[in-house]
Amino acid sequence: MQHDSKFTNQKFKLVGTRVMRPDGVDKVTGRARYGADTFAPGQLVGAILRSPHAHAKIRGIDTRRAEKLAGVKAVITSADLPDLTDGDAELYNVLENCMARGKALYDGHAVAAVAASDAETARKALKLIKVDYKVLPHVTDVDEAMKPAAPIVQPRVRSKYRPGKRTNVAGVTTYGHGDVDAGFAKADVIIEKSYKTEQVHQGYIEPHACLASVGPDGQGELWVTTQGQFAFRNRCAALLGMEMSQLKVTSSEIGGGFGGKTHVWAEPVALALSRKANRPVKLVMSREDVFRASGPASSTSIDVKLGATRDGRIVAAHAELRYGGGAFPGIWGKIGAMAAWACYDIENVRSVGYEVVVNRPKVAAYRAPSAPMAGFAVESTVTLMAEKLGIDPVEFRLKNAAREGTRASYGPTYGPIGIVPTLEAVKKHPHMRARLGKNQGRGMACGFWFNFGGQTCADLAIGEDGTVALSVGTVDVGGARASLSLIAAEELGIPYEQVRCNIADTASLGYNDMTDGSRGTFSSGMATIFAARDAIEQLRQRAAKTWGIAVKNVAWKDGKAIAKGKRKSLTLKELAEASSNTGGPISGHNQVVADGAGVSFASHICDVEVDPETGATKVVRYTVVQDAGKAVHPDYVEGQFQGGAAQGIGWALNEEYVYGEDGRLQNPGFLDYRIPVCSDLPFIDTQILEIPNPNHPYGIRGVGETSIVPPLAAIANAVSDAAGVRMTHVPMSPPRILAAIKSSREEQELTR
Amino acid sequence: MPEVWFFGELRDAVGGAESVRVEGATIRELLQNLGREYPRMRERINQGIAIAVDGVIYRDDWDQPIPEGAEVGLLSRIAGG
Repeated sequence: MQHDSKFTNQKFKLVGTRVMRPDGVDKVTGRARYGADTFAPGQLVGAILRSPHAHAKIRGIDTRRAEKLAGVKAVITSADLPDLTDGDAELYNVLENCMARGKALYDGHAVAAVAASDAETARKALKLIKVDYKVLPHVTDVDEAMKPAAPIVQPRVRSKYRPGKRTNVAGVTTYGHGDVDAGFAKADVIIEKSYKTEQVHQGYIEPHACLASVGPDGQGELWVTTQGQFAFRNRCAALLGMEMSQLKVTSSEIGGGFGGKTHVWAEPVALALSRKANRPVKLVMSREDVFRASGPASSTSIDVKLGATRDGRIVAAHAELRYGGGAFPGIWGKIGAMAAWACYDIENVRSVGYEVVVNRPKVAAYRAPSAPMAGFAVESTVTLMAEKLGIDPVEFRLKNAAREGTRASYGPTYGPIGIVPTLEAVKKHPHMRARLGKNQGRGMACGFWFNFGGQTCADLAIGEDGTVALSVGTVDVGGARASLSLIAAEELGIPYEQVRCNIADTASLGYNDMTDGSRGTFSSGMATIFAARDAIEQLRQRAAKTWGIAVKNVAWKDGKAIAKGKRKSLTLKELAEASSNTGGPISGHNQVVADGAGVSFASHICDVEVDPETGATKVVRYTVVQDAGKAVHPDYVEGQFQGGAAQGIGWALNEEYVYGEDGRLQNPGFLDYRIPVCSDLPFIDTQILEIPNPNHPYGIRGVGETSIVPPLAAIANAVSDAAGVRMTHVPMSPPRILAAIKSSREEQELTR
Repeated sequence: MPEVWFFGELRDAVGGAESVRVEGATIRELLQNLGREYPRMRERINQGIAIAVDGVIYRDDWDQPIPEGAEVGLLSRIAGG
């Protein structure tokens, strides 16, 4: 059904207010039920045996001793997950990642699993499984993996990078327009720089966890922490050969996902164990498992070349972006290439993305996936260029920023966009004029993310007491229940407290795409508006029937049906109470393809203090300016801005997967992989801009991802300002900063 | 007849062309005609694709009309976090 989703500029009574969050009490009192917080009669404990090798042929797996151990109810290997993928290469990669098939492709790759009566028995059983490995040469570095002599991770990978030959480069994608060589020929100044970023994890506090149950009748249920219950249902059903309708998936509360819970990891294994044991199986990943065997972001290696005229106009730009995708082909280099130059209006621009497979875990999306690394390289170089030209970095960006009508570097022409307003806001912000102390530096950077909408469905049921149960199918990862309740209340003209929003399971609502791409409030907000309008239509009909007048003579205003031209009205509660004899239950429904999500831009400012003796960096002030289209619940929007910045600060300064010479991950825990804690962070200031998205009735844009894009570069620019040396390798950990300072001093000595 | 531009690796599916002219009053008609003319493009469309019409990106809403003189571009679908 078609709906008019154009922006209407309506005036709001509730949208934009800071109401109480509906999940707050449960979360602070421990009542909220996460992935590991549910139980079933007779449930077993699942556990997974993982490869200790980065790359090894599996010559055999002997499970006999484990199967004989008292309390063990099932042992599975890849033989219990037969290939039902029917030539679907992407699905086969998921299958192989869930359980190794002939070869272990990274340290942590699952090779077998058990279900036992308790955790201790499960652990003992894992030790009794004997795997005969032949260790193979491995490669974990993205640049090393591209060399012709590198060990081949996936023999089936073929691409135009080395036509007809085996390679670890699974794809090469070029974006851009104009004549880049001619553009560089016109440049007065050209800067070329190479950058590296290390692999990071999303760092969600809740590990992957699920309770799986498959009965002898083939019917199954899965309770799971996920960003998309429908996507998990479809993936798991396909891998296990189940009909979709036979598998009901319920999403638990989610303790963070940031993209990492858009993919299945242990869930198909738990279902396969349950099917074999004929008992429910709970499987909870340890933190070590999460680091070794879920989906971190790519490590990257990026070269940038930028040319500008003396008056500050960029005339040519080129980037080569190499993204490690883990042991399976991905799309991460392509996305990095698309996002790299998206902030700017450049006549001659090109970016080339490479998908590189390495012996590391399969990469997953992480909040604006691939854009932060590209942004780090591009925005660092843009600042370098501004410095070289002697132009203020904000002015330089304003001079070159994309605007409505600019052809984006990834292809289409922009409609109304918000990068210039974010830069103007940065220019005026008091943060930019604050005095810096000793050893302190300031940096700023811009960021871009696409955002998208997708398939969405919502139900709105009006109880006989006039309260409203709103059911949506997008998992609430960042406050959507409050925002969607506000939207329903706004449309119906009732108090916010009269609406309760629930996240439906896969058996209770039509298909919904996952909560990713910053789509939750954008798309479910749109479906909620239309579902509420559907309910209002029914309410008007009931009122018309009650009064014996035509529906066209009934208006809906402030939560009441009003008979036009007469002093008669019926409240929503009165109509609901009488519903049994005016036609039965009243509900609204909507399914929509919520396309037209507007692209999003942000600009960040950062001050840091660098200790020149230790190389330690402290972020002393941080400001986020971002366009939200319309902030439905400003607290949550600010929270998204702050959360993205906090994750970006960790990425920029501390976080890093460290692999040993043996290809094993050295730091799979929060002690050695250090995410920022409160004491590491200043209060992160935010400024919300509201430039309406013309393709949403309320003007909403997604806000969840863009805020992680600028921090790497903003902090690199600030650290470089403070330390007096350009930082080109993230994270800017103390040893790297000290090494950069030392190297810079040595260079200065040599040139004296 | 709209001129359809191809971005990124999608050019490979139409023999390296930057753009082609294809009939289509809606996204659905346009994609059907493209798929008929370019079998490799049909495979890409089946795998999932995004269509930019005057800068607005559509993924699944194939009922969208294509206005006279609109800029139409095909690009890859991407993942989000």
